[in-house]
Amino acid sequence: MAITEKLSQEFELGFTYTRSTGPVVGRFLTGLRDGRVLGIRGSDGRVLVPPPEYDPVTAEALSDWVEVGQEGTVVSWCWVSEPRASHPLQQPFAWVMVRLDGADVPMIHCLQAPSAEAVSTGARVRVTWVAEPRGHITDIRCFVPVPGGVS
Amino acid sequence: MSTARPDVTGIEAPVYLHYHFTAGTAPARFLVRLREGLLSGQRCPRCAKVYIPARGSCPACGVPTTEEVLLPDRGTVQSFTIVHIPIPGNPIEPPYVVANIVLDGANISFIHLLSDCVNEAVRIGQRVEAVWRPPEEWDYAMDNIRHFRPLDEPDVPVERIGTLPVSGPAVPR
Repeated sequence: MAITEKLSQEFELGFTYTRSTGPVVGRFLTGLRDGRVLGIRGSDGRVLVPPPEYDPVTAEALSDWVEVGQEGTVVSWCWVSEPRASHPLQQPFAWVMVRLDGADVPMIHCLQAPSAEAVSTGARVRVTWVAEPRGHITDIRCFVPVPGGVS
Repeated sequence: MSTARPDVTGIEAPVYLHYHFTAGTAPARFLVRLREGLLSGQRCPRCAKVYIPARGSCPACGVPTTEEVLLPDRGTVQSFTIVHIPIPGNPIEPPYVVANIVLDGANISFIHLLSDCVNEAVRIGQRVEAVWRPPEEWDYAMDNIRHFRPLDEPDVPVERIGTLPVSGPAVPR
């Protein structure tokens, strides 16, 4: 029997996960909700953002909280010319590794910029917040360039 | 000031996967037959096992399957579970029974709802038959069969489940 009908269908599979954040990530997200970026100091004195629960060198639990700045320096970046639906920005943007002032390691986030030519390693950027933060990494809507800022 | 709000202890982290599914030759035949109210499987030319729904090859022998076998809408409970926990987006009210059912003449089971039954009385080897929706509602979908319900027949011994011959006409009653 020949089947001539082409049968196609869209469907969505959803996993509606919720995650417990634990004391350290929970406090970091609480900070974001309240408009602050919090890091944690490791045993070697480095300030780590986002904060890990355990020291990357000694594996001891960490608790020495440090608020860091909301401006920082681009350490590395990658331009996304065709954002996908699940990306945080729907116009072309850059993924950036940003070392915030007062932090010793970079964190990844997105950077809104007019074009790839406007992005460079060493560029100065700052946090912009969403209107209604809820305790999520996306409370930082994105980073934006600091005018004239190159370190 | 917002600092009076309780600390964050959890986040929502959903994952959504968007699929565009196109049925291949064997699944398309199964679905086209299903819209006609027929249950269509395929027989392996090497080991003679009958698969429904067929995927176009025998998973044991690795050879293509092309011979169509129309199967009746009665079968045997191979295994089952009683679902007590509601699943988001699922309209069926717990507790309900989900069973692996082997149609007569088939050698592999599929999952379907088992209803019109006393949940606590459901058992492995129990005989069941399909309850179809009205033909005007039939689509390319397994829920043309609303559910299976018990048949008043003797249980099938465990060692014979999945080995029964075709039991009757391959047409919905």
